[in-house]
Amino acid sequence: MSEFSLYLLQQLINGLTIGSTYALIAIGYTMVYGIIGMINFAHGEIYMIGSYVTFIVIAGLVSMGMVSLPIILIIALVIAMFIASTYGWAVERVAYRPLRGSNRLIPLISAIGMSIFLQNSVGISQGFRDVALPPMISGGWAFGNPADFEVTVSYMQVVIFAVTFVTMTALTLFISKSRMGRACRACAEDLGMTNLLGINTNKVIALTFIIGAALAAIAGLLLGLYYGVVNPFVGFIAGLKAFTAAVLGGIGSIPGAVLGGLVLGVTEAMTAAFFPSEYKDVVAFGLLITILLFRPSGLLGKPEIEKV
Amino acid sequence: MTTSKFYNAIFAAGITLILACLMIGVKLDTSGTQLAIKGASAAQWTWIGGGIALVFLSQLFSGQIDSLFKSIPKPNITTMLPEEKKMATLKPWLIAGLIVIMVIWPFMVSRGSVDLATLTLIYIMLGLGLNIVVGLAGLLDLGFVAFYAVGAYTYALLSEYFGLSFWVCLPISAGAAALFGFVLGFPVLRLRGDYLAIVTLGFGEIIRILLNNWTNVTGGPSGISGIAKPTLFGLEFTRKAKGGEDAMTFHEYFNLDYSSSYKVIFLYLIAVLLVIFVIYLINRLMRMPIGRAWEALREDEIACRSLGLNKTAIKLSAFTIGASTAGFAGAFFSARQGFISPESFIFIESAIILAIVVLGGMGSQVGIILAAIIMTILPELAREFSEYRMLLFGLLMVLMMRWRPEGLIPMKRPQLELKQ
Repeated sequence: MSEFSLYLLQQLINGLTIGSTYALIAIGYTMVYGIIGMINFAHGEIYMIGSYVTFIVIAGLVSMGMVSLPIILIIALVIAMFIASTYGWAVERVAYRPLRGSNRLIPLISAIGMSIFLQNSVGISQGFRDVALPPMISGGWAFGNPADFEVTVSYMQVVIFAVTFVTMTALTLFISKSRMGRACRACAEDLGMTNLLGINTNKVIALTFIIGAALAAIAGLLLGLYYGVVNPFVGFIAGLKAFTAAVLGGIGSIPGAVLGGLVLGVTEAMTAAFFPSEYKDVVAFGLLITILLFRPSGLLGKPEIEKV
Repeated sequence: MTTSKFYNAIFAAGITLILACLMIGVKLDTSGTQLAIKGASAAQWTWIGGGIALVFLSQLFSGQIDSLFKSIPKPNITTMLPEEKKMATLKPWLIAGLIVIMVIWPFMVSRGSVDLATLTLIYIMLGLGLNIVVGLAGLLDLGFVAFYAVGAYTYALLSEYFGLSFWVCLPISAGAAALFGFVLGFPVLRLRGDYLAIVTLGFGEIIRILLNNWTNVTGGPSGISGIAKPTLFGLEFTRKAKGGEDAMTFHEYFNLDYSSSYKVIFLYLIAVLLVIFVIYLINRLMRMPIGRAWEALREDEIACRSLGLNKTAIKLSAFTIGASTAGFAGAFFSARQGFISPESFIFIESAIILAIVVLGGMGSQVGIILAAIIMTILPELAREFSEYRMLLFGLLMVLMMRWRPEGLIPMKRPQLELKQ
């Protein structure tokens, strides 16, 4: 293969890596939107908190003298998911549930307020500057001729793919097979009717926030380790990207969120291949605007019918 | 007090503990290349403990607290004001008096407070502009700062490259911002409310990134400096006239001693003029069919469409007029600062303007003016708490939505009640 196509292959791999973490965050947006029809603007902040908790737990365990990498990562993952889910639940309980049933803009403004609040409370308690973590998982495989261009797949990227794949499979099984999953689907279909049939919809909604937050925490751990830095503002852009991914795939649809995340990740990586990397955000938002104009229901979504 | 309430309170306190223990109780600390953690100070733990106790008690006594709040009589502003007929004759005098005070006031106070007042007036202008979009037309615009940036950069660039004066650029800036609003609004206004919020947010980011990276025109992150100040019919406010042989400065023309506070007061007066112009314009627009259509569309889109209103045209007009107000404010901002960079046009600015509109009461002009004054003056008074400023903004937005979504001073429509 030529040098150029190898370069593109490398960008594709990088794009899929980032894209799969976007997909994890996007699921949180899409599930909440599918059921209560609101944009959970503070979701990116939950991802940021997941990253911070990961860093704190890893630093704590390392300083306690633990050496086994898999055990450290698993403990960090469990604690990050637990804390982030608690945040997700608490945000819903405090800022969204009392506003349910009012004008659409009201919960959205409340969510923006919550997002600013979380960003700054983390900033005040943990500092506004970047916190860096030395790479935990290094190394990788290299393909191709070292003389002209080498395609590398790092172990970290493999971990990201594997974790994302396992998470997605578990989520799909949960949604399609379990009782609670069926309740979730029923709520997405018709919230009022589900309530009438004796299902505690408040519980289902709270559960969606918890699942979304837990997935965001997984993404927080993966991207935190991948980039090795975190600051209180990472959640804003990541949240915006993930929302773009959710809209791209068709908001309300879980497979759509995954597809949207991957498409967005690859598009960004390809843009970075040809243009200065600052422009990749421009392309991402440009893509969002274009999709909303020409196919507002997204790649896999169903068109929404407004009822009187 | 039932047992279930007690368990509930224990649960809430436990959740608070989980939320606080790792994120506040432990602090990340970089020592060399290694990441380390350190526990929070005793004072911080006292705060956490206090917070948990507060949550516990408020949950335990939630019923009593609610009834306490209900027993406080709500101040009814309408009864405090004189009767409507009296009000109608009083109003012009009131407004005239207010304007006179606003014009005389700067000559008696310090330079710093005049400067602060000018900043407040900029925020009032922005708040009023966003109010058209969010409050009247019900379109949530999270990228309002983009139009502000367009206005500011239009003046800065025109003045730098073509040497145009402030007064020429003011309408051009407003026009440029309106054009951007129109071009963005035309396609996206077909979208439903919350999509629109995200698209405008993305647009705001795009504008900021472009300004940051188009270095050979906008100067990139270092911005544009030395932007010309406004002049009074060609009279400059500098110590020495810059423009040509026969140019004169303000103090030479009027035979005054040079003082830098003339410039500050002059800028303040321009701001007052612009704000009065904007308020007048919006007030006229609100009473025109187009203004009524904005509000009708906000209340019920389907009903409006079935009455034959063109919803895209109506939304677009609100969006464009709101954007042009931001362009006005932007041009004035860059003239006042003399220096602009993309740093001044980040998302947080949009959020602050939105917070002003929300706090004041969506749609209510008096409320927004009051909110803008509170939001700009309070942070100045509490400088040592500047770290907590945005935290409080966020909290305030959540609390307002929960307990008083109509804002401090809710909008009052002129209405007529038929007596039986």
